[in-house]
Amino acid sequence: CPPPLLTLSHISGISMSPSRQNSHHSLHSTMVLPKTSYSVISAFCTEENISQCIAYINQEVCSLGLTGVSLESESGGLSAVLVLNLLYEVLQLQRRAQRALHELETQQLKNSSDLEHLQHSNCRLKDQLEHTRRENSGLHEGERQLQLKIKTLQNCLKSEKEEVQKLQSIISSRATQYNHDSKRKERECTKLKERLNQLLMDKRDKKLSIEMSNYVGRSDGKRGLWKTSKMEARHEGEMYRALLSDYETRQRSLVLENSELKKVLQHMKKDMIAILSPKNVCVQPEPADDSLEQAVSEGEEEAGDRSRESLEQSCEQAREQLTNSIRLQWRKLKSHMERLDSQVSLEREGDEVMSRKEHEDEMQRMRLELQQCKEFIHMQQQLLQQQLSSPCDEETAALLNDCYTLEEKERLKEEWRLFSEQKRNFERERKNFTEAAIRLGHERKAFEEDRAVWLKTQFLNMTPFVDRKRPALSEPHGALAVSTEPEAKLQSTPPLVTKSQSYSVFSTPKAAPVKMPSTADLYRTLHLIPESRGHGKCASGKMLTKSRLRNCSTDCSVISLVRDESSPV
Amino acid sequence: MNFSEVFKQSNQLCKVSPDGKYLATCVQYRLVVRDINSLQIVHLYTCLDQVMHMEWSSDSLFILCAMYKRGLVQVWSLEQPDWHCKIDEGSIGLVSSRWSPDGRHILNTTEFNLRVTVWSLCTKAVSYIKYPKACQKGVDFSADGRYMALAERRECKDYISVFVCDDWHLLRHFESETQDLAGLEWSPNSCVLAVWDSCLEYKILLYSLDGRLLSLYSAYEWSLGIKSVAWSPSSQFLAVGSYDEKVRILNHITWKKITEFEHPATIINTKAVVFKEVEKRPTCLVSDEITQLPAQVPVIKPDPDRANPKIGISTLAFSADNRFLATKNDNMPQSLWVWDMQRLSLLAVLEQTAPVRCFVWDPRRPRLALCTGNTKVYLWSPAGCVSVNVPVEGSFQVQSLFWHCSGSSLVLLSKEHVCLCYLNSCFGGPNISHKHITFMSL
Repeated sequence: CPPPLLTLSHISGISMSPSRQNSHHSLHSTMVLPKTSYSVISAFCTEENISQCIAYINQEVCSLGLTGVSLESESGGLSAVLVLNLLYEVLQLQRRAQRALHELETQQLKNSSDLEHLQHSNCRLKDQLEHTRRENSGLHEGERQLQLKIKTLQNCLKSEKEEVQKLQSIISSRATQYNHDSKRKERECTKLKERLNQLLMDKRDKKLSIEMSNYVGRSDGKRGLWKTSKMEARHEGEMYRALLSDYETRQRSLVLENSELKKVLQHMKKDMIAILSPKNVCVQPEPADDSLEQAVSEGEEEAGDRSRESLEQSCEQAREQLTNSIRLQWRKLKSHMERLDSQVSLEREGDEVMSRKEHEDEMQRMRLELQQCKEFIHMQQQLLQQQLSSPCDEETAALLNDCYTLEEKERLKEEWRLFSEQKRNFERERKNFTEAAIRLGHERKAFEEDRAVWLKTQFLNMTPFVDRKRPALSEPHGALAVSTEPEAKLQSTPPLVTKSQSYSVFSTPKAAPVKMPSTADLYRTLHLIPESRGHGKCASGKMLTKSRLRNCSTDCSVISLVRDESSPV
Repeated sequence: MNFSEVFKQSNQLCKVSPDGKYLATCVQYRLVVRDINSLQIVHLYTCLDQVMHMEWSSDSLFILCAMYKRGLVQVWSLEQPDWHCKIDEGSIGLVSSRWSPDGRHILNTTEFNLRVTVWSLCTKAVSYIKYPKACQKGVDFSADGRYMALAERRECKDYISVFVCDDWHLLRHFESETQDLAGLEWSPNSCVLAVWDSCLEYKILLYSLDGRLLSLYSAYEWSLGIKSVAWSPSSQFLAVGSYDEKVRILNHITWKKITEFEHPATIINTKAVVFKEVEKRPTCLVSDEITQLPAQVPVIKPDPDRANPKIGISTLAFSADNRFLATKNDNMPQSLWVWDMQRLSLLAVLEQTAPVRCFVWDPRRPRLALCTGNTKVYLWSPAGCVSVNVPVEGSFQVQSLFWHCSGSSLVLLSKEHVCLCYLNSCFGGPNISHKHITFMSL
């Protein structure tokens, strides 16, 4: 029977992978498929691979724990019984598997539905938990607030109790006072009643009276006046006068106080403005400073205004203005001070801190310098002014000029006079000197003659004998003085001739015309100027000093001729 | 300091004449007038009964002696010792008697305060003023003597009448806004009248001379109120002492409180000086010493169940130069507080060993004299504090004292004696305890 085979292959086709599809579609078409609809029909077993199939099936079956199919050696046919059994077993297996699967499926479905259910309930519970937690915290909050409320209420209660106690004490003290007073009044009342009774009873009625020896005069000595309406009016008037005068004095004192205070405020304001002047304020330009500067300039304007207003102005606006401006200035001053403080604190942290003392010294020095400079400038200005300030009119200028010129003229005249005087003196001196020189020349001449004579005689008398008869001869006719020592004279003469330049002129008096000695020579002769060192001292005579010599050009006093005793010529 | 002899007196009746020349004392029914310098008896008068009240007239020419029990007032003249005057109030009785400022009228208040009778010594005329109020201070004369303010009570309401003292003409009569007027006082410039309520209500009213209400001041409600009031001599301040142990100072321009002075039990004000009288040894002299601040002031708690409790500022006194205010707080009775009115702060606290009985300012200088009932007189000035023992045989317990109008001497009164204390410019004497004290020039 071929259908079982087909069924088998069909089944194998099912269990095998679809890749093993083979072309056995024809087989399928003839087959009636059991209730299942396996579209993939693949022939597992063909005519050729029966043994392999069998082997394979045996393998599979053995792994499943069933008896395998043996292959008949004859035409390769299978034992139908075995195959059917195998098939039946496989079918059983299959059924069991199916049942298991089914059970598993149902189990799985159950499980998934359970899971779902659990998840839902979990969510639900979580939400519930959250909700309850929130409720809890809300309740806590409420409780806390209630506690607070309790506390405050307790405090209120305490204070109220205290208040009540205080009021009670007050009431009690008032009550005591009232009682006391009422008792006093009652006692008085009783006394009154008693007295009234007594009076009613008492027959004797002592009348009130006054006894006086005599009337006393009034304290102010005036007579008493009748009470009239005029008097009343006068009293009223006096009363009002008293009141008015009191008000007036008070008002005066208040006005005085007011004006003083206003003055003080004004000064304060001025001072504050001075302190807060823009050069002080602009230390650190900040946006705030702009407003400050503006306000300061405003303040200055105000100050100007203020100074113009009189202090007696007492109207409301003026007062408010003043107080407002004071407040403004004060605020500015405060901010300025704060800024300064911060600056100081910053500077203190810095390195270039100059000690206060140094600062002050520096300042002092600078001030002094400034003062000096100022004075100098001032003086300069004054002088300049004097220079520039030409007198108002030409006349005065001319006059002044004339004055100056006159002064100068006078001075020059004086000088000229002096000069001429000096010149005259000089001339005189010169004349004298010249005369003296002439005389000297003459004398020299005479001396030369004498000398010549002497030399002649000497020469003529040149003998080994030297006697002392010479002095008689050597008496010169010249005017020149002769020293006592002829040797010395003799000895000194040659050096004198050689040395003395001053007598160079004198040495040839006859030869050369009498020349006026030069001033220098004259002076040298007169030892007014030092010739050379060690020339000889001037034992006597006055020696004019160099400085005086220089000044002698203008100041010519009589020059005393100085004679040198040591110069024998 | 020199002390005079001791003379007898009764009822603490010892007064110096306004011109300062005579001292009048009453000894039982006798009136003795002495010359103040020599203390020789100048006049001696005899009254009909024991004198309860004695007063000099303002021109120092007359003295009135009132005998309340007999309802009699006798007036004596100094110029004419033979002159006599007797006023008999009759059956109506006499409660108080006083001179008018011109010294020619006598005002007698009858018993039960039924009326005030005005007797004139010039004309023997009589005037009556009805319904005067019986209160702490119901009558006050202005300082210039021109006006008299009188408190009246009619139909459960308070009224104030202002009279011209010249001819007793009623100038103004107006209702007072007090519940129960306790007192009234003119300001020293005679232009403002201060009127205050009883202690059940803290209310002080200021009326102008012509009866207009200038201001009303009330510090608090319900608790006991004003206990004492004092004007400053310049009329600049009005000091109000109350039961809450505070003094409130009102100013005369706005009539508002400018400050209040507290009297705490612990003084912490570092600018104040506390002078404490210390008992060195029981037999020795007591000396003053300056204590360190904070200092404790001894407090005596008053009995809460009694009326008019001993708490609060009962006495206030301004110095004559307006610079100081002395106050006494009743529950600190041993201490006297001196306040500086220029700085409006506490200047000194004088703590004594016994309650202060009496304190008065020198009418010329800022000098305060006080006594505590022992044998010493205490003097305070801004320079310091001094205590002097009265050198009298037996003990002279100084109960009260007052200054002579020139400020050069003090009149000390014990229970039955009077003694004068002359203060010299240079302070000296063996009886003065001057340990721990700075000297002051008196």
